[in-house]
Amino acid sequence: MKGNFIDNLPKVYGIYTGGFIGFIIIMAIAEQMGMTAKAIGIAFVAFTVFIYALIGWLSRTAQADAYYVAGRQVPTVFNGMATAADWMSGASFVAMAGGIYFKGYGYMALLVGWTGGYVLVASLLAPYLRKFGCYTVPDFIGTRYGGNLARFSAVVVLTVASFTYVTAQINATGTIASVALDIPFQYAVYIGLISILLCSMLGGMRGVTWTQVAQYIVLIIAYLLPVFWISNKIGAGFFPHFMLADEVARIGELEQQFGFVKNAAADLKSVPKGLAGITKAHSAVNATPWAFISLALAMMMGTASLPHVMMRYFTTPSVKAARKSVGWSLFFIFLLYSSAPMLATLSKLSLIDPNLPTGIIGKTFAEVEAIDWYQNWNQANLMFISDFNGNGTLELNEFFMGGKAVVLATPEIAGLPYVISGLVAAGGMAAAMSTADGLILAIANAISHDVYYKIIDPKAETAKRLLVARVLLVVIGFAGATIAAMEIQGILGSVIWAFDFAMSGLFFPLVLGVWWKRANRQGAIAGMLGGLAAGTWYLVWVRTGGSGFLGITQLTFGIFGSAVSLVLMVVVSLMTTEPDKATQKMVDDVRVPSGKTILGKSH
Amino acid sequence: MSNQQKHWEKTRSLLFITLAIWFVFSIGIFLFGAEMNKVTGPFGYPWTYWFTCQGSLGAFVILIFWFANRQEKIDEEFGFSEREDE
Repeated sequence: MKGNFIDNLPKVYGIYTGGFIGFIIIMAIAEQMGMTAKAIGIAFVAFTVFIYALIGWLSRTAQADAYYVAGRQVPTVFNGMATAADWMSGASFVAMAGGIYFKGYGYMALLVGWTGGYVLVASLLAPYLRKFGCYTVPDFIGTRYGGNLARFSAVVVLTVASFTYVTAQINATGTIASVALDIPFQYAVYIGLISILLCSMLGGMRGVTWTQVAQYIVLIIAYLLPVFWISNKIGAGFFPHFMLADEVARIGELEQQFGFVKNAAADLKSVPKGLAGITKAHSAVNATPWAFISLALAMMMGTASLPHVMMRYFTTPSVKAARKSVGWSLFFIFLLYSSAPMLATLSKLSLIDPNLPTGIIGKTFAEVEAIDWYQNWNQANLMFISDFNGNGTLELNEFFMGGKAVVLATPEIAGLPYVISGLVAAGGMAAAMSTADGLILAIANAISHDVYYKIIDPKAETAKRLLVARVLLVVIGFAGATIAAMEIQGILGSVIWAFDFAMSGLFFPLVLGVWWKRANRQGAIAGMLGGLAAGTWYLVWVRTGGSGFLGITQLTFGIFGSAVSLVLMVVVSLMTTEPDKATQKMVDDVRVPSGKTILGKSH
Repeated sequence: MSNQQKHWEKTRSLLFITLAIWFVFSIGIFLFGAEMNKVTGPFGYPWTYWFTCQGSLGAFVILIFWFANRQEKIDEEFGFSEREDE
């Protein structure tokens, strides 16, 4: 079955995609026949989660290399899809278009940062770490630099970064489950968590790989279908990516016409928390070069340091395949990221253009309040209007919306059938689940492989190691869900922090481990712990009223952390003795693709 | 210089070229964001807006595939490419 399964992948996922499209059509027919919106939402989420769980169960394994690196036989293109799903989280799916809608250019630094980072992954790290043959990222650090302290420091950085990230994803899963299934958020979080664990617990990396491919297919259909449909429906062009220039220009005109009126602080108090108005130009450059570049740079270096992404490239059959696979990953990510600004444009134009039937700016309050979708989303706390100047008509500055509404509500605003909204909910769920799975697995694998097996009990048998790995998976999942249920930080904020933490502690120790032979254990430990500490200190300092310096904000604190990490690593390495001959030989071997991996097939 | 040193030398120059192109599309052009946005670019979008939506993103995709092909050629040239059975 196994070799057979790999050969048959295109067929298996072809049938799966056809089946999913068939399911959408059946739902569309059911809607026409009177199925309620609520039932459609439940059907979409339940059906897709059931499929993922089934894949998770079919991928169960008792072998270490299947559990940790999917047996290293995932073909290039499929690994690209899995990485894209692993990468694109609830934040990318649900929040990104909203961010672009509200903040325009300054926010689009994230688009550049979250794609440009893959150039660093492909050229600096992925092929070399694949050649190394490690199971986890700390496995590389621990073997390259030697010693338990180096290994443990890497586990610490990995855990801090990934855990910050995973709470946001479980939060997103819970939000979508609570909307689609109509249950309170506190319970929905745990339903989301159980769905996540069903994918990863039995099959480890193998299970996660094949569910992530399935999740990518769902999420990309769910994102692209509405964008194309809306664009065609409002007559903006049949291929939005190439045809929205007039619409972008039209938004600019309307912004001029309406003006950005600043609301009084007292008026803004009445606006529900989390909702915002349009206060920034759509396509104009509204950020300083450094604000834009520093955010993009932080996200790029963070991308190259996040273990859940890096470990996807451990699963390819060869070094060559790892490189190509990074290209495919970015291609699949590109499909969604290049569509987000188009969705933001279509959404904004539908709402503010008085010439379109859906436009609400300039209508009277009574008219807007009578619209069905306005009532629904107002009830869901994602839309709000208030007549600040008392003239009875809605102005641009009197309309407020939640960031999530851009993706979740636009299909309904544009008058698409409810089946599309159900599809979008399933897509958001797939995006959040796939990322959460990758992250929980990264943490659990690092602790079970690097702390338990390599440091505590090196003689443990495979069965026991995998048992520990699975118990940790559940424990970390529940810890994440518990914190997610408290809703401390918004989804997007936590995601950006995770990148900064990862780059503070891991970027230079990883890169220099391959590219600088002289880098040694002492330097790496100083770089990891010093970088993480410096970054964390800066974040706390800015959060508690510190002024910051060089324009580094709480969203880009990783730039400071990684700079400290680099300096410490170089200085401490040069002050201490150079690595021994065996380590230097190891680095030489990593640099060529041919020959055996540094670490054995099973270790 | 041994075969392996020459291989690494070439690999390193490829890295520098790749990073230079990466720098242009991720950082370089955004130094001139405000100026560049006044000019109409591909498909009628303003240039800077187009780069943030599609241009830079697409350039990264092409860059990675180009890099992977070049690196494979270098590996083959020095006899370090992987055999199928490995």
